[in-house]
Amino acid sequence: MSDLSQQVKARSPFAEAWDMFRRNHAAMVALAVLGLISIGAVVGPYLYPTDPFDMVWAPFSPPGEQGFLLGTDYLGRDLLAMIINGARVSLLIGLAAALVSIFIGVTVGALAGFYRGWVEEVLMRITEFFQVLPTLLFSMVLVALFGASLPMITFAIGIVSWTAVARITRAEFLRIRELEFVTASRAAGAGAGKLMFGVILPNAMPPIIVQSALMVGSAILFEAGLSFLGLTDPNVVSWGQIIGSNRQYILDASYTVTIPGLAIFVTVLCISLVGDGLNDALNPKLRQR
Amino acid sequence: MSLLSVKNLRIELKTRAGVAPVIDDLSFDLDAGESISFVGESGCGKSMTALGLMGLLPQGIGRVAGGSISFDGEDLTTASEARMRAIRGNDISMIFQEPMTSLNPVYTVGEQIAEVLREHQKLGRRAAWSMAAELLDAVRIPNAARRVSDYPFQMSGGQRQRVMIAMALACKPKILIADEPTTALDVTVQAQIFDLLRDLRRDIGTSIILITHDMGAVAEMADRVIVMYAGRKAEIGPVDTIIRHPRHPYTKGLISCVPHIQTPLTDARPDLTEVPGIVPSLQEFGADACLFASRCTLRTEQCTSARPVSKAFEQHHEAECWHAEDL
Repeated sequence: MSDLSQQVKARSPFAEAWDMFRRNHAAMVALAVLGLISIGAVVGPYLYPTDPFDMVWAPFSPPGEQGFLLGTDYLGRDLLAMIINGARVSLLIGLAAALVSIFIGVTVGALAGFYRGWVEEVLMRITEFFQVLPTLLFSMVLVALFGASLPMITFAIGIVSWTAVARITRAEFLRIRELEFVTASRAAGAGAGKLMFGVILPNAMPPIIVQSALMVGSAILFEAGLSFLGLTDPNVVSWGQIIGSNRQYILDASYTVTIPGLAIFVTVLCISLVGDGLNDALNPKLRQR
Repeated sequence: MSLLSVKNLRIELKTRAGVAPVIDDLSFDLDAGESISFVGESGCGKSMTALGLMGLLPQGIGRVAGGSISFDGEDLTTASEARMRAIRGNDISMIFQEPMTSLNPVYTVGEQIAEVLREHQKLGRRAAWSMAAELLDAVRIPNAARRVSDYPFQMSGGQRQRVMIAMALACKPKILIADEPTTALDVTVQAQIFDLLRDLRRDIGTSIILITHDMGAVAEMADRVIVMYAGRKAEIGPVDTIIRHPRHPYTKGLISCVPHIQTPLTDARPDLTEVPGIVPSLQEFGADACLFASRCTLRTEQCTSARPVSKAFEQHHEAECWHAEDL
């Protein structure tokens, strides 16, 4: 028996999922690209210290000319510097907004799925209320009312996108709370908080992780949409804002719009591919022994 | 005074057709270090008794409607939820029928055992972990020091049940409730688990409440037996006495159901016997009649018109049957 247990190498569920994930080439490439973008966002401004607000040259200098790799925008600002600095804001808002909505969604879904009864009724009606709100309009109202600061934009995106997480979490809780190990934990003296977040939630994580990954992408898109409409902090650069401020010149200098657009497209695509890879890796039905 | 004293316990379950007493007027005592067994078919309220004792009846569906459960002088039916949490896993712990699903799949077995110790014994992380390894060794899992960091899926059913036992006994509880602990395991493993439980009971002095439908398991494990039928106590007494001379036709039926490999089938015992019929549905629970009457060969007028009273025999043997003396 001890021979056998030596052969069966002890692997945590995490290691197992990573093994599955590695086999998905598209997801691995996407993860690598995302890694590069993130590194660029973190160290880029130090390697390329041009101020994105500085008017360094004449407007609409095409990419590759006059020493500007991506050209200049309508005010003669260096587009490369704007893209690099914009990556910070776009990724940060994407991550932070996703965190906000995961936090709200998991809390609401966990309470509803665990307590059932009137708690579930009330929470799920609230969730439905948020589901039927026109999301873009609602977040525009929030930002317009409370000011276009980064925290407010993050919150406005988070508050309109938590419903999917809440519903997924609740569904998982409803399934898992009936399993025998939950009763066993109860019989071992675990309290409600421990049962919810120490026993059930770790088992509910796979679909929540996948949903969260996808949500980072949609939050980035959402932020781009808001800044395109001008609802953005004027003191920072984001990809959507570059598109928004250059949108009048789309026919004359299309690169000022397509380059930040491409940045958004690549980032969100990579996030989706990673999310897809996570789904395959974490879904027990697709996992082979 | 006995360790656990259940008096006139009544547990009601809300069903679509109304409220049914799944435990109807159950009384029994359990002494420290004693092993008592509940036997009966599925749906006789054995598991409900266990959940009732633990205060784990399904919320909003089941409730204790009457009677008392006195543990060490404290009435558990009126204890607060916080107090029950402190008792569960510490003073009274439980092992379940399905070892395959009773362990949390995302934690290593060591983490799960250590968790109980940290919760109740307030041990530090490291102390709890090394204690977990010791416990695994105590339940005879080979190579315990390494297997403590295994995940449940790396273990066999028998090993998982041992882990469950290690978890349940981690805090040296006064009572261990074992709800059909070997039903899902094969027979050789079953014998090992019973050996283990017997030894641990001797070492720790834990009282055991064994819930089973297997008279063979009862004979092997318990000092006393309570035969349950349709939420009622049919018979209670020392195991030897009851097996030698059952005073309730249901008990008799259960005993005759155990196959004896060594005794050849004869004319008197031509086939494996069974108790004809099935347990009555929940709607019939609580009726003022003998609920076994529909399946009983000794049925008379009295059986269908009044609930049998408890009749006492020598050696604390009691049976609830109108014909107990005749058996």
